[in-house]
Amino acid sequence: MLKKIIIKFLFSFVLITKVQSAESGGMPQLNPEFWISQIVWLVITFGALYIILSKVILPKISDNLESRRSQILENIEIAEKQREESEDKIKEFDKIILNSKLEAKNLFNAARQKVLDDIDKKRSELEKNLEEEIEIAEKEIQNLNKSSAENIKKIATETSLGLIKQLIGEEMNKENISSIVNDLTNNSKENRKNV
Amino acid sequence: MAANPMNQFNVYRIGPEIKLGNVDISFTNASLFMVISTIAILIVLNLGAKKKSLIPDKVQLLAELSYSFVSKMISDTAGTKAKPYFSFIFSLFMFVLFCNMFGMIPYSFTVTSHIIVTFVLAAFIFIGVTIIGFIKHGLGYLKLFVPSGVPMVLLPLIVVIEIISYLSRPISLSVRLFANMMAGHTMMKVFGGFVVSLGIVGGWLPLSFSVALTGLEILVAFLQAYVFAILTCIYLNDALNLHH
Repeated sequence: MLKKIIIKFLFSFVLITKVQSAESGGMPQLNPEFWISQIVWLVITFGALYIILSKVILPKISDNLESRRSQILENIEIAEKQREESEDKIKEFDKIILNSKLEAKNLFNAARQKVLDDIDKKRSELEKNLEEEIEIAEKEIQNLNKSSAENIKKIATETSLGLIKQLIGEEMNKENISSIVNDLTNNSKENRKNV
Repeated sequence: MAANPMNQFNVYRIGPEIKLGNVDISFTNASLFMVISTIAILIVLNLGAKKKSLIPDKVQLLAELSYSFVSKMISDTAGTKAKPYFSFIFSLFMFVLFCNMFGMIPYSFTVTSHIIVTFVLAAFIFIGVTIIGFIKHGLGYLKLFVPSGVPMVLLPLIVVIEIISYLSRPISLSVRLFANMMAGHTMMKVFGGFVVSLGIVGGWLPLSFSVALTGLEILVAFLQAYVFAILTCIYLNDALNLHH
């Protein structure tokens, strides 16, 4: 099929050249019959186009472009200004935040100090109370110590009296026994001291 | 014969024959498409220029993009001195672009596929640039033909070559546009003819070629308008900033 197409292709070229040479002989472009007409109409149309474009339309388009450019520049300027303003605002804001942070820190420190002071005060009070109570208790203990020694002597005397009575069946003089007990306790005290 | 791919370039009279003295300036299909292109440009750009919203809609964007596209092209190639010629180059670019693009519509006529049209434009640019060069630099403009840093022995040869290349500018500029447009449209017509002649069985291959070519031709239509405008800028640059 390709062969057929190629043959037809070549054949039609032959045909075309034959027809052309038979008809008018070459290109219509080289026929000068309407040259002057074309030149005249070219001058008229192109001249009109040039005059209308240069006097009416192009200045308008140029104005449009110029006004748009200036508008855009203006907008950019405004945007720049607003950006600067917002940056200032941000700086201000940062400062406020920093100040409030410092304030908060101060407040916190003050509160902590106060609490610590309170704790100290209460502790010292407590310590004072404790010391007083300890003192009282020590006094009581001393008193008890003293009284217990006498009580022990008394008990010792009585029990020895009782013992003697049981053992011997006789009542002894109470004073004698107590003096003996006193001697003994003194001896034991001395012994303890010696030890 | 309708299948002749060159028939699409035929110029024929529309309406009565207009004669100015001895010269025929009748309204033809070429004139019709020049007028259509001009009006289309004016309508689109006027719609785009009328609205003045900060955020442009589609038409406004189209007008402003083409404005800044041409403006950037000029400032890149010819510098700030070329600013007074902005309107001319913008009109030139838009005119060639719209003529090329309207030529892409089936059964329409491509104004720029005629050598006489492109040659008149190129010759006008050439003469204008030469006049600007002589006004700006006086006879010093002739230094354009004497490149710096060339050995004295080679200078006569180089100057001749430079002069020839300078004089061939309008021809190369006009033939480039005309030949591109004509070749592309002829190709499309030829492949379109193949689709019909090969029928339902074999016509798919040339049809796909036709589709691809249409895309290519739209690209070429834009590219050639761009090239035409940018070469004008380069020539203008030579005339304004003489540093050859």
